[in-house]
Amino acid sequence: MSRTLRWFIGLLLVIAFIVFNFAIIEVEFLVRLINILLMCTLMVIFRVIFGPSAADRVVAVDIFGIIIVGLLALVSLFTGASFFLDIAMAWALQSFIVSLALAKFLEGRHMDD
Amino acid sequence: MIREIFGYGFIVFGIVFDFFGALGLVRLPDVYNRLQAATKCVTFGSAGILFGVFILEGFASGGLKSLICMVFILLTSPVAAHAISRAAYRSGVKPAKETVVDLYADELKGSEKDENAKA
Repeated sequence: MSRTLRWFIGLLLVIAFIVFNFAIIEVEFLVRLINILLMCTLMVIFRVIFGPSAADRVVAVDIFGIIIVGLLALVSLFTGASFFLDIAMAWALQSFIVSLALAKFLEGRHMDD
Repeated sequence: MIREIFGYGFIVFGIVFDFFGALGLVRLPDVYNRLQAATKCVTFGSAGILFGVFILEGFASGGLKSLICMVFILLTSPVAAHAISRAAYRSGVKPAKETVVDLYADELKGSEKDENAKA
């Protein structure tokens, strides 16, 4: 019963977001696409907060970094300023290092191992 | 005109992949299932978005930066996913109940036996 209820609430939230994004507000097409990516980051943050184990949180942080890179590319296309792609490159590099360091820490080894 | 059609086509394609990757991260029952869905879909989706930006901008500064970023993401994301899944298995996270086969457990037991036999 609880599982069905959660599934239904999730479906209702996604449908409400899609109706709000494509039928109610009136903005440019790129802003609608950016809104979809922001919804994706909210879903990833849900997994970061409520993840049952530490490995779930590490996976979610890795995915969060990659989604943010795509979001920064779209923001650069929307504003016309190309320095957002510099931020995207730096974020991708740092996200890779963070993922490797968290994986090593999760496995129980030290930095000089 | 045709350049804008292809560029926005790649961007919409990538955003659909991103959305389904995030949905799989929320929906699936297990660390390994979540990692598989999320990493593959989101890497391919963000690479699609960056390639669409490269097509729209051309060989200017923005387009070349997005191309470099796409190549870097395609190279490094599988390495990070492999490291995270290996660390999750070794830190003792159990697979879901519906799992049919678990070959890595047998391999780990075999390697421990070999180490004990050598010692």
